[in-house]
Amino acid sequence: MKKQDPIQMNNIEADHLPHVKSGSRWRIAVQHLFQQRSSRSGLFLLSALFIIAIFAKQIAPYDPTKMLIWDEDVKRRTSPCIHLLGCPESEPQHLMGTDSLTRDYFSRIIYGTRISLFLGITTVSTAMFIGSLLGAIAGYSGGWWNLVIMQVMDVLLAFPVLLLTLVVIALLGPGLKNIFIAITVVQIPHFARITRASVLALRETEFVFASRALGGGYFHVLFNRILPNTLTPLIVKGTLGVASAIMDAAALSFLGFGPNQDALEWGAMIGFERNSIFHAPHLVVFPGIAIVIMVLAFNSLGDGLRDSLDPRLIYSDIRTRTAK
Amino acid sequence: MGTYTLRRLLISIPVLFGILIISFMLTRLVPGHPCDWILTDKGTQEMCDRVIQAKGLDKPIPIQFGIYMKDVLRGDFGNSIRYNRPVIQILAERLPATLELNLTAFLIAVVIGIPIGIISAIRKNTPFDKVSMIGANLGVPTPVFWLSLIMMYVFAVLFRDTPFWLPPSGRVSAGVSSIPFYEVYGLTATAGSLRFFVFDFMSNFYIFNSMITLDYDVLRDTLNHLILPAVTMSIIPLAIIARLTRSSLLDELGFLYIVGARAKGLRRSKAITKHGFPNAMLPIVTIMGLQIGSLLSGTVLTETVFAFPGLGRMLYESIIAHDYPVVQMIIFVIAITFVITNIIVDCLYAVLDPRIRLE
Repeated sequence: MKKQDPIQMNNIEADHLPHVKSGSRWRIAVQHLFQQRSSRSGLFLLSALFIIAIFAKQIAPYDPTKMLIWDEDVKRRTSPCIHLLGCPESEPQHLMGTDSLTRDYFSRIIYGTRISLFLGITTVSTAMFIGSLLGAIAGYSGGWWNLVIMQVMDVLLAFPVLLLTLVVIALLGPGLKNIFIAITVVQIPHFARITRASVLALRETEFVFASRALGGGYFHVLFNRILPNTLTPLIVKGTLGVASAIMDAAALSFLGFGPNQDALEWGAMIGFERNSIFHAPHLVVFPGIAIVIMVLAFNSLGDGLRDSLDPRLIYSDIRTRTAK
Repeated sequence: MGTYTLRRLLISIPVLFGILIISFMLTRLVPGHPCDWILTDKGTQEMCDRVIQAKGLDKPIPIQFGIYMKDVLRGDFGNSIRYNRPVIQILAERLPATLELNLTAFLIAVVIGIPIGIISAIRKNTPFDKVSMIGANLGVPTPVFWLSLIMMYVFAVLFRDTPFWLPPSGRVSAGVSSIPFYEVYGLTATAGSLRFFVFDFMSNFYIFNSMITLDYDVLRDTLNHLILPAVTMSIIPLAIIARLTRSSLLDELGFLYIVGARAKGLRRSKAITKHGFPNAMLPIVTIMGLQIGSLLSGTVLTETVFAFPGLGRMLYESIIAHDYPVVQMIIFVIAITFVITNIIVDCLYAVLDPRIRLE
């Protein structure tokens, strides 16, 4: 480490500063986002997953729900057969083998992308909507509203995540709709907390006083002045939240609380083929890798977003760079 | 410190009350008439009336809640419908298994995760750092139930007939039974008394029990069964702890006080362990507390996969079997455990950071 005069430390020279073009806050954030390896790989993986989800029908070589036993010479739980890698041409090609009901596993995994993305994104958007609304009301109104809303949120946060989803499932019974409700309920308190914290800080700022002095009503000030400024942490939390929502959905489906045992959902596939682990492990391995890739994509994007949207982190970047 | 702990305890009273309300609501909000799940389909109208009378289900909700609260404080969670015996007995059997598993997993995660993080931070950008961080980044998004199955395949199938083979399920082998210490030492207690509950509870910690009764066969067998699920559960928290230790320590190493400590002649290792690490501990302690929550969540999945007779598997089975008194108790106990852990973490935080203590 190069020794530096401590007095000089405060005057950071211009060429030591990271090269950031001037522009709006969002443009800087986007530029920063693309400079980071984690968010670049996250974005790449995510776009690939979205393309797979949208064009699942074109990509999948077989109908994912069709049992092939009557159509071709195929056994149950066959190992992957890829012609390019030396599998004899006489056998039908199954990139990831077939499952216990002789369905093409590759097609099933491809279609599985849809439900995971759908569940992850819809649950988190719903939770973000409800949570930020509750948090905003609690933070802006204060008093009893604050006390009641935040106390309920604290109680919800006192439960380990999967446990709370299981409470909801125990009450409502299994099924796709109930998984959706369970995961949304679990996510709400996180968004409420973040929004409340931002609103509390913004409530006392001058532009909010100005807006009120100009005659802005309760909802006008809250929705048009305060909430747009709370978006940054919500976006970060939302992206990371999608990752944990996908994990929770997979866990619940694995336990058999999902749509049905047979659903095109990766967690449900692992649960369905659980006993095949001893003689056909590929049926468990592939859906797991799919889950890891999807969760990894959202996590990396979330980490990248956090680093690029947080001005303090950009600043700490400057500090550590100059200190070294 | 004392006042801080007291204040922290007072703050958690509403949360504890909330947990009580949620667990109370659980059996009240279940769809259908209570008789349907208490008596199943064998009940007659007459029996149903009797049950409602006996359980006080005809009283107003606030009074029912009062009765429930009194029962919980006395440790009476009612009877299991599936097993027809007090839920508290099931707790005495199953909770020690879960605690044994979770504590072992947590210890593995901390004891291995923190040193990996420290070495990675000190030897930044060396092959060790790169390999361990790739491993950690892959560990975080791994679903624990999937990892359990993979570990089961590797250690129970691939390593069959090698010394590395590990049993894939259960808590002890068939035929092995752990003899409770109170029977070995001839301590008596009447069934149903608090003394008996404590004895029963303690003796179900198989490691503890076999150690004090010097039964090394049971000890070996228990440990053998514990390794696989405990290691599996520890991998994800281990990855998170290692990653955070590295980044947190790296942040601290960038500060000038480390340069200052080095300038006054301190060895690098000493500057890091004496000055850098204690400051880096704060976020690590926070994440360790959060990891206990995710361990308690993951225990449902891991225990189910490994057929480990703990509280988590019991919860899963009871939800499937609509055994609501058991579900109610397990949810209550796990939530309370989590809250207590959080209180301990907060107090630790105050020990580590004088600023919080003096606030």
